Amino acid sequence: MAKLTIDGIEVEVPNGSSVIQAAEAAGIEIPRFCYHERLSVAGNCRMCLVEIEKMPPKPVASCAQPVSDGMVVHTDSEMVRRGRRGVMEFLLINHPLDCPICDQGGECDLQDEAVAYGRDASRFQEDKRAVPAPDWGPLVKPTMTRCIHCTRCVRFTTEVAGTAELGATYRGESTQIGTFVQKALSSELSGNIIDLCPVGALTSKPYAFTARPWELRKTDSIDVLDALGANIRIDTRGPDVLRILPRINDDVNEEWLGDKSRFSVDGLKRRRLDQPWLREHGKLRKASWEEVFEAVTNKLKATAPERIGTIAGDLVDVETLFAQKSLFASLGSPNLDCRQDGAQFDASRREFYLFNSSVAGIDDADALLLIGTNPRHEAPVLNARIRKRWLAGGFEAALVGEAGDLTYPATQLGADPQVLNNLLDGSHPFAATLANAKKPMIILGAGQLARPDGAALHALAWQLAAKFGALSPEWHGFNVLHHAAARTGGLDAGFLPGPGGKTTREMLTGGVDLLWLLGADEADLSQLPASTFVIYQGHHGDQSAQRADIILPGAAYTEKDATYVSTEGRVQRAQVAVKAPGLAREDWRIIRALSAYAGHVLRFDNLEELRAQLAKATPLFGQAEFRRLGNADLTGPSALGQGLGSAPLTPVFATYYQTDVISRASKTMAECVATITPHAEAAE
Amino acid sequence: MTPHIETFEFDEISEPKVAKAISHYPAGKQASAVKTLLDLAQRQVGRMTGISWLPQPALDCVARRLSIAPMRVYEIATFYTMFNLKPVGKYHLQVCTTTPCWLRGSDDVVAACKKISGIAEFGGSSADGLFTLSEVECMGACVAAPILQVNDDYYEDLDTAKTEALLEDLKAGKPQPPAGSLSGRPSSAPITGQTVLTDKAE
Repeated sequence: MAKLTIDGIEVEVPNGSSVIQAAEAAGIEIPRFCYHERLSVAGNCRMCLVEIEKMPPKPVASCAQPVSDGMVVHTDSEMVRRGRRGVMEFLLINHPLDCPICDQGGECDLQDEAVAYGRDASRFQEDKRAVPAPDWGPLVKPTMTRCIHCTRCVRFTTEVAGTAELGATYRGESTQIGTFVQKALSSELSGNIIDLCPVGALTSKPYAFTARPWELRKTDSIDVLDALGANIRIDTRGPDVLRILPRINDDVNEEWLGDKSRFSVDGLKRRRLDQPWLREHGKLRKASWEEVFEAVTNKLKATAPERIGTIAGDLVDVETLFAQKSLFASLGSPNLDCRQDGAQFDASRREFYLFNSSVAGIDDADALLLIGTNPRHEAPVLNARIRKRWLAGGFEAALVGEAGDLTYPATQLGADPQVLNNLLDGSHPFAATLANAKKPMIILGAGQLARPDGAALHALAWQLAAKFGALSPEWHGFNVLHHAAARTGGLDAGFLPGPGGKTTREMLTGGVDLLWLLGADEADLSQLPASTFVIYQGHHGDQSAQRADIILPGAAYTEKDATYVSTEGRVQRAQVAVKAPGLAREDWRIIRALSAYAGHVLRFDNLEELRAQLAKATPLFGQAEFRRLGNADLTGPSALGQGLGSAPLTPVFATYYQTDVISRASKTMAECVATITPHAEAAE
Repeated sequence: MTPHIETFEFDEISEPKVAKAISHYPAGKQASAVKTLLDLAQRQVGRMTGISWLPQPALDCVARRLSIAPMRVYEIATFYTMFNLKPVGKYHLQVCTTTPCWLRGSDDVVAACKKISGIAEFGGSSADGLFTLSEVECMGACVAAPILQVNDDYYEDLDTAKTEALLEDLKAGKPQPPAGSLSGRPSSAPITGQTVLTDKAE
């Protein structure tokens, strides 16, 4: 530790910290453009100048200056102020005065610092530099004339995203930040460079000229477009969600967000179900809530309980699942399943289906075996975390299955699942790596659980974890990586077939006469008999809604107070940012209202009562804090009598950009699919 | 016109030099050889097509060879003026206009180049594809200013007449004269003749 004095405040920081970090610890803000905590130090903007006593009498860039014991730093001396004013004047020489038409206006670091250190008029008489605006694809809008060459975007794509597609070409005043060859950014994390850019050089293309930051209402919430549970901020104006930005949570998403989660907002307005529909004479017609409730009630009464079933989809919140489960308990039907992909596996213990190591735990791992998962598509921010771990050194990864460039080297073990047996008996060379690792991680893609031999894979993955010392009270290296935000919550809430209950596959192949699809939009309806009566409850008119006989319009994740459980088992709450459109309502309310109609009144009248009952039924929903699990019981999940097949492990998603109803409804995401071929020009 | 280059791989002449350049650096630090490889690639393109420049396939080949992201190669290649990212004429004329050369009459050299080649501005090429004219910073030969570099060779102690004569010869298809001072003095000896080291060493 080093003790230093900054503006008269004494702070103690670890050796190797920089002066700017020490100042932060002392609560002193130093202006900066190029420095960023999560990127390497570039030291090229010179805005963070400070004066340090007993050093050469000139200003020092505090981001690149390591602390030493007894240092005396001044961050607001005359020398510092003059230095920063000079830097600011140079930065503004070539920066256009187009703030009124710049989307960064109001949240621009350069604008803010210019208020503190800028001159009132420019002394620069010559022509300003102008740089042509390139095309980087449908997400990021570069206006490179505004660029101040801080290289944050270059460092982000190189270090965090691992695609290295941006660079600083040419030199001196001609320096240009760009891709050099005309191409769309291929990273799934490209939107983050918009947040990182301290000026208006990189702004959001879909959001261009939409709003000013001071017009927006900000709501803290949780992302549900993958299962990571990234913390987000929803910016709204009136009834519209205008943009979604990441919030900092070091244990989950740090401060990054995947492009799908960020840019699918336009999908929240398109193809929405904003009122109930009823099928009459083979055609759907608009109906009132009373009409559809009556129709559902009649149908429920006319159908034997064991011929009623419900399947929950990927975006359903825990409250809704609990309400539906309670209703089905009251109806006397055991036919529930939250695994719309038809997966069947042993979910009897929570650690069987969680990402047990936790996202932050990736930082501690020293070997990784990916089984049938492409984290770059299924959870890009988590993939960046794995890359960060790899960059730190002493980490080896291998992949069973197919994935393109993961942004870190992974030994390809082939897509044949039998290779797992070779790992287990130690005959495969990578087994030695796993055996030597102190904290090995095994990540099983949840998509593989839907295979006919999913449960066998599940059991085998656990055996591997047990064999290679991944299971101990201190370290839990068995991980299931879900891609659906609703899945962990559904499993936690026990939204699974009861005794004698039918599974997703059975329900979808004529096992029930009345099928209630709770946002189950990816369920395979091709085998569903025409006679099955389908109720669809959800927020988008996708394939399941088209098949439905009754449509109950629900609320999307931005429109409800709702609980979601991330793949690592973190219970988090989304908050209402806007009202659901038209007659659409929060899903648990729909179920509660219907229960009264159907004569099976559920015993909660508001969200608090529902949550109290939920916590009573499943105590973990009442616990606020997140705890990483250790393992105490080596007994693994049952293979459910399945044998391991030899069909290759295939990726669960064909494309990253469109995987759920919201992103499928998004024009921006459709453009991404059209423009950005998966893993274009894989670079490492 | 420039033949279009679709693909590029190092040929059997470049390959030993590439391997040698990479061997100069410790394992894992092979990226340090990037500038040598770019130069070798540029010369190879010159051998192949008569025009020394770096088409993108050549840049990508260097990146592949060094296992670095192509962008890192683009950054280096665009930083240095010695790498031609556009096709240049058969003779790449590089005139130094930094202060010593300028004081010694580099403006005349530039004017002579423009006159003979017909190039209007720096960076341009002549219509016959013979010449490309570039303005460069100090070439480190101020003692014999002003200087014109033609491809790899320096021509020193120039004035309007000497420059014009040199370029006319090139235009007429004559081979490049030996590099060095065109005023006749040996290396950088005084213009009035050698004043020291006149005795032959014992």
